[in-house]
Amino acid sequence: MNSNVPPIKIVGLHKSFGNLEVLKGIDFEVATGEVVCVIGPSGSGKSTILRCVNLLEVPTAGKIFVEGIDITDFETDVDAVRTRIGMVFQRFNLFPHLTVLGNLTIAQKRVLKRSDDEANDVANKMLERVGLTDKADEFPIRLSGGQQQRVAIARSLCMNPNLMLFDEPTSALDPELVGEVLDVMRGLASEGMTMMVVTHEMGFARQVADRVAFIDGGVIVEDGPPAQVIESPQHERTRKFLEAVQHY
Amino acid sequence: MTKRTKLLISRATLYSVLVIIAIVVLLFADWATLQRSFANVDVAADMLPEVITIAAKNTLLYTLLAFSLGLVMALILALMKMSPIRPYKWIATAYIELFRGLPALVTLIFVAFALPIAFDGFEVPGGTLGKGAVGLGIVAAAYMAETIRAGIQAVPRGQMEAARSLGMSPGQAMSRIILPQAFRIIIPPLTNELVLLIKDTSLFFVLGTTPVSKELTKFGRDLMNQKFNGTPLTVIAIVYLAITLPLTQLVAVLERKAAKAR
Repeated sequence: MNSNVPPIKIVGLHKSFGNLEVLKGIDFEVATGEVVCVIGPSGSGKSTILRCVNLLEVPTAGKIFVEGIDITDFETDVDAVRTRIGMVFQRFNLFPHLTVLGNLTIAQKRVLKRSDDEANDVANKMLERVGLTDKADEFPIRLSGGQQQRVAIARSLCMNPNLMLFDEPTSALDPELVGEVLDVMRGLASEGMTMMVVTHEMGFARQVADRVAFIDGGVIVEDGPPAQVIESPQHERTRKFLEAVQHY
Repeated sequence: MTKRTKLLISRATLYSVLVIIAIVVLLFADWATLQRSFANVDVAADMLPEVITIAAKNTLLYTLLAFSLGLVMALILALMKMSPIRPYKWIATAYIELFRGLPALVTLIFVAFALPIAFDGFEVPGGTLGKGAVGLGIVAAAYMAETIRAGIQAVPRGQMEAARSLGMSPGQAMSRIILPQAFRIIIPPLTNELVLLIKDTSLFFVLGTTPVSKELTKFGRDLMNQKFNGTPLTVIAIVYLAITLPLTQLVAVLERKAAKAR
């Protein structure tokens, strides 16, 4: 992959649901190996941006390039692009009818056409990475929220993605389980994974992110290194949001 | 009167009504005649082994074939009903409303007798089995299509999103992720449909039967007329219950399990 081509490039992105315009012109880029945290009040459109990047939401207008490929072009093989993008959801979305190992191998086998042995090898490596080798044969319902989210991350990693999207990965977790998931994400970041993370975890954003983007009302209000955006925000709206989030 | 005495009196009344009815039945029923007409051991013994080897076997065979046909058609109809292509949706809706609104008997007669008239000599192959299974399958599909659609829509949207974001095609996501979960949800209602189908095979008499193609009801009814005795009905009732009761119990168990897993 040419490192000059940005993994994610968003140009003039608009998205409406019916009459409600959620995104009102987003221009945004994520560079290779960069960790970008997207913060903002609920309803600001931050999750929608993320979901547009792998076309879970179809943009109303604008273009999105993933590794230089225009995914909004009708002719693009979106399924192929999606295998290179890992997506982690707020509610984990593990497949409840499959074991942990089944969750990790099904797309490897069906999409990447890997053999059973190869898929199992990769799955076990990824389970080791998230510290859950002993849970391979469990069903998701038997795992804690934190463990489920780590399995979900491992499931994405099995596809060897070039970039990872996280949609509020810790928002559905009990407070004491947040740390184990953030640790896995921190590990990924330190290995150079390109990551776009929608989050409310200001501590994580401050420590791990290369850049923080604050979104409100469907536009990017502020975008810069965490030291700047979180510690000394330039805009009144950013300041108010951060005060509210960090108040308690 | 205190509340407690009122309660006691109403309880006592309800129990005594029950006891009085029981006494009247015991005193006035003609047990000897009842036994002779409905529980005649000789007549019952005469029905063996054909009641099992022919009648019960046919009932099960007809049911299974109709159910399988119905299930396949129902799945197609359910997918059509959820299709973004409007005409598919319309066709599925029309089909479902039509065949849920008609008596199964009318559909059976239509398949067996109207089709050959309409399409000069065309016949559904397979005799009683083929015509009946197609007819009942058409009806069952209409009922099961709605059940399957509800089951598919009960699977959280995030499941489809997770599957697609792993690069699976819509077809892969549907067959590997959504349908297996949907079927878990709909196994209890589908089993109920199976029980209804078992009973509906009794309508196959309109198709005309040979001695080897009779199902339970036709078999029992013919013997009743032949022996001028009600015992065959008692026997087939017992056989029906031996088939349906385990199934309805199974549904109860599955429903309890499903409730626990949630």
